[in-house]
Amino acid sequence: MAPERRIRRFSRIERALHWVHASTFFVLLASGLVLYVPRLSELVARRQLVKDVHIYTGLAWAVLIGLVILLGLRHGLRGTIRELERFDAEDLRWLVHRGGRAGRFNAGQKLNTIVTAAFAVLFAISGFLLWYGERDTRFRLANTILLHDGLMYAAVVLLAGHLYLSLVHPSTRHALRGMILGSVDAEWACRHHPRWAALPDDPHVRAEGGDREPERLVEDDQLPVLADARGSDVPSGRDRA
Amino acid sequence: MPPPPEPGGKPYGRGAFLLFVAGGLSSLAWASPALRVIDSLLPGGAKALLPSEGWRIYTVGTSMPRFDVRSWRLRIDGLVSRPHDLDYDALVRLPRAEQTSDFHCVTGWTVRNVRWAGVRFRDLLALAGPLPQAHALRFSSAEQPYEDTLTLDQASRPDAMLAYEMDGRPLSRPHGAPARVVMPAMYGYKNVKWVERIELVAHPSDGFWEKLGYDRDAWVGHSNGNGA
Repeated sequence: MAPERRIRRFSRIERALHWVHASTFFVLLASGLVLYVPRLSELVARRQLVKDVHIYTGLAWAVLIGLVILLGLRHGLRGTIRELERFDAEDLRWLVHRGGRAGRFNAGQKLNTIVTAAFAVLFAISGFLLWYGERDTRFRLANTILLHDGLMYAAVVLLAGHLYLSLVHPSTRHALRGMILGSVDAEWACRHHPRWAALPDDPHVRAEGGDREPERLVEDDQLPVLADARGSDVPSGRDRA
Repeated sequence: MPPPPEPGGKPYGRGAFLLFVAGGLSSLAWASPALRVIDSLLPGGAKALLPSEGWRIYTVGTSMPRFDVRSWRLRIDGLVSRPHDLDYDALVRLPRAEQTSDFHCVTGWTVRNVRWAGVRFRDLLALAGPLPQAHALRFSSAEQPYEDTLTLDQASRPDAMLAYEMDGRPLSRPHGAPARVVMPAMYGYKNVKWVERIELVAHPSDGFWEKLGYDRDAWVGHSNGNGA
């Protein structure tokens, strides 16, 4: 059997960013629900301990995310951010008609990242106000808890969609491999992210095993390469962090 | 390493991110009024889904007190002529009062139309005979070190009580079983749960949250920076 061809999708720093955020989010969500849902509050009945877990995990999140981003800015994260924040005609087509040919990130993934980042900032600010408001009532605003809890509701909906697409949905769940190991199946990438994976001279495309010369993904004539693809979809992990 | 070429398209994402953050922060000003509007439009059942509705269980100790009907006693002492220990049966045999009132937490959530049953402080205190110099009640919770005070005037309001039933059932453990203060005109932190001692004192003193800077007279809508 011919070796599966892989293409590298996520750099180490991108994966670190994802998993730091994901793991702390789960701890924050679990401890937050114990603080929020009466039945769970009663079951655990150690509010101070759970509150400490929640607050220190929030602090750990801030420190770790800050470190990864600082480190990442020197290792290609700037390029990732540029990729994520830019929307072109194909992205809009993807959003409106589910047509459009995606680059390394499709428009939905870009939106998800943007909303997640905004939520993180809002969670952090409202969480800080909740903590500090207990110490100085001038910072205890009547709506802080509504914002914090409302964000939780919205974030859980987003998370459910994200988990469905990455763990369950047959055509997209392969992406999880990329977030864990870094590389994805090249043919899957061609189908789902043609403007990125179809780059005929992409140096990341290589056979499993890794020590061979980079090889072409597929024959050129099978892959309609967009005129601007070469310029627009260079993965930020070029430095092989 | 040469910088990667600029990707195509426009950085709409940056604008969207800033818009989300700005919208979220501005909700600190409009979330409550907006929820009130939604609340008035929603049918009863759907209201429970709003983040501003429904109970949250706040505790300050390392564990939640457990009620044992055999060993539980309510002690009434301090500036009284007859210090008194009351067991649960004696408590529920006192003249019964019922009311429906809203419960407001200072952190922003509200539970409407809670049905309470219990005993008015007038009837409760009559057992112990408060002395003329007693002007306040200090409530101690089985959840150490929670405590709070009400003046006698405040506790004499027609809607203040020591409740042992909520919504038709004996008070549950997370709500302060077997007895808690209900003071609807003030924020929840004045509504001491798991009450096991009422001490009559000459002057009110700071309770658990008041020592951390919250108002002692915690009138709903007129304290702690809310409309005060």
